[in-house]
Amino acid sequence: MAIGLSKKEREVLLDPLFHNNPIAFQVLGICSALAVTTKLDTAVTMAIALTLVTAFSNLFISLVRNTVPTNIRIIVQLSIIASLVIVTDQILKAYFFDISKRLSVFVGLIITNCIVMGRAEGFAMQNPPWISFLDGIGNGLGYSIVLVTVGTLRELFGSGKLFGHTILPLVTDGGWYVPNGLMLLAPAAFFIIGFFIWILRTLMPERQEKED
Amino acid sequence: MQRSVTYTLIFATTVCVICSLFVSSAAVMLKERQKTNFVLDRQAKILSVAGLIQEGEKLSPQEIRDRYQKYIVPRFVDLSTGEYVEEPTLNPETYDPKQILRDPKLSREAPENPSRVARIPNHALIYQVVENGDIKELILPIEGKGLWSTLRGYLALEKDAQTVRGLIFYEQAETPGLGGEVENPKWRALWKGRKVFDEQGTPKLAVIKGQAGTPEQDPYRVDGLSGATITSRSVTYMIQFWLSENGFGPFLKRFREGAA
Amino acid sequence: MEHYVNLAIKSIFIENMALAFFLGMCSFLAVSKKVETAIGLGTAVIFVQTLTVPLNNLVLNIFLKEGAMAWLHPALKDVDLTFLGFITYIGTIAAATQVVEMTVERFAPKLYAALGVFLPLIAVNCAILGGSLFMVERDYNFWESVVFGIGSGLGWALAIIALAAVREKMRYSNVPGGLRGLGIAFLLTGLMAIGFMAFSGIQL
Repeated sequence: MAIGLSKKEREVLLDPLFHNNPIAFQVLGICSALAVTTKLDTAVTMAIALTLVTAFSNLFISLVRNTVPTNIRIIVQLSIIASLVIVTDQILKAYFFDISKRLSVFVGLIITNCIVMGRAEGFAMQNPPWISFLDGIGNGLGYSIVLVTVGTLRELFGSGKLFGHTILPLVTDGGWYVPNGLMLLAPAAFFIIGFFIWILRTLMPERQEKED
Repeated sequence: MQRSVTYTLIFATTVCVICSLFVSSAAVMLKERQKTNFVLDRQAKILSVAGLIQEGEKLSPQEIRDRYQKYIVPRFVDLSTGEYVEEPTLNPETYDPKQILRDPKLSREAPENPSRVARIPNHALIYQVVENGDIKELILPIEGKGLWSTLRGYLALEKDAQTVRGLIFYEQAETPGLGGEVENPKWRALWKGRKVFDEQGTPKLAVIKGQAGTPEQDPYRVDGLSGATITSRSVTYMIQFWLSENGFGPFLKRFREGAA
Repeated sequence: MEHYVNLAIKSIFIENMALAFFLGMCSFLAVSKKVETAIGLGTAVIFVQTLTVPLNNLVLNIFLKEGAMAWLHPALKDVDLTFLGFITYIGTIAAATQVVEMTVERFAPKLYAALGVFLPLIAVNCAILGGSLFMVERDYNFWESVVFGIGSGLGWALAIIALAAVREKMRYSNVPGGLRGLGIAFLLTGLMAIGFMAFSGIQL
């Protein structure tokens, strides 16, 4: 895994997957994305789109980090991110029309996804392009893991399917599985993430929050 | 770091120019493809509601286009008189109901209705399925509010203008897995053979709560979607509105009498 | 009139930005530890939302929509700039928050002391951009967008204040270590979302 990368590069790439997962520990980027996790295919599309946007925005922002005037840096970051998102949206519309219809406004909301902005401001502004690019990929993947897990659970238990293929045959179609409708509604996503955080933090007690 | 004002301005302009070039070129390059997608999506939906694409049948874009050309004839209908009209300024291929409904010259306010349809077009675009010069089916556009979203779709009627051939939605954002099941082929298949109008000619077809019988025993009712009461009810409202006097009622009446 | 009341109720309760669409979650969870700060952020969101949704509606109808620029020159009637939507809306939002911040600071220093810190945070709040995008997708006209702006802002503020109140009380509970803080906040939000779902049966 990750052959040909130096130790630091590997760390930057893999750390966000579990040890420093942007959703579970940094409370970043939960916003827009959960609404697309009722089905796995939209969740995966969203995850890929966000990973690419984060990686490339990190790359471009890192390239201009020494030339950008401090007082307009936020708006410059926003323009770069917004441009990338528009292009992503256009590509989705052109090649994955059906999925883009279902993602509706949530592709656009990548712009305000805190992971993208957070990594741009927090990492890419201080680091050279290549490592920033890897950091973007890593954080994107960390986000993808959560998104895909939530998507899998919700589609599997909510409608007995994965990627639209029947896994658990439903009672209504002559099978045995009675789908759990709650899984398809908004609250289920909160519960799943809550439990996900609980498990991660129980495994890593040093990341638990202090009592206040 | 702090820089001079000129530098900041130049930098901002450069970023703007580069970003806009990047975005615009992507938009321009992909525009044709997106348009094709849009048209193809509509055509495929129309073909499948008419039963001209079987469930699970995969067609190449060219096949969809050919089949559409072969069978489907778009016509404009004046909703108040029920007569066919010519609309030389509108292109049926790129016809977008949303645009028409925004235009006060092409649409008007709808009377109060449970489907919460705000505006209706003066001249609605319908499709005929024509085989060897005979009209086999009529495909009518319908739309109305659901739980979250506006549902838009087509209702296909046999040539008696009474029996349902199919129902399909091409745009909806109901809860996936619950109301979103309006796209489920199994549910859509339940519509075939149901009857629309009662003896007096008022639309009677409705989605009920629970299960309905076969089309022969239970011609006016369709199974509800489990866990989606509101979406089910809105489909009923939608169909009843669009087939009523305010919708395609006059047209279907003329059609049955053989005048249209 | 009734139509607008319905739209307002719908955007506050039934289609609550935070609880039904998960928008603005980052700040929703981060700033909901105390009722006082939650009220501050909530007010700021209402303020900015009420301003930016109608503003973006105007921008859309005057510049971006296909044929919208015909008023400038007849030759522009085929220009369709909707693809620039995202960047324009975020630009409008960023500019509006900046202007609001400066105006408030200049003319209402007291208000600024209360809201000031939240305003820059809001420019990248998903609920704000989400509000504008929903406005576009649902094709609201100008007055509808005003009502929707106020309503969705109010709904979001209501949700965050309620959550903050619950979290303040959580201090007296014995929460398992792994669940403390963020974890329990998620579960609470989930439960609140279930509560809000009761509204969705209301047929307006």
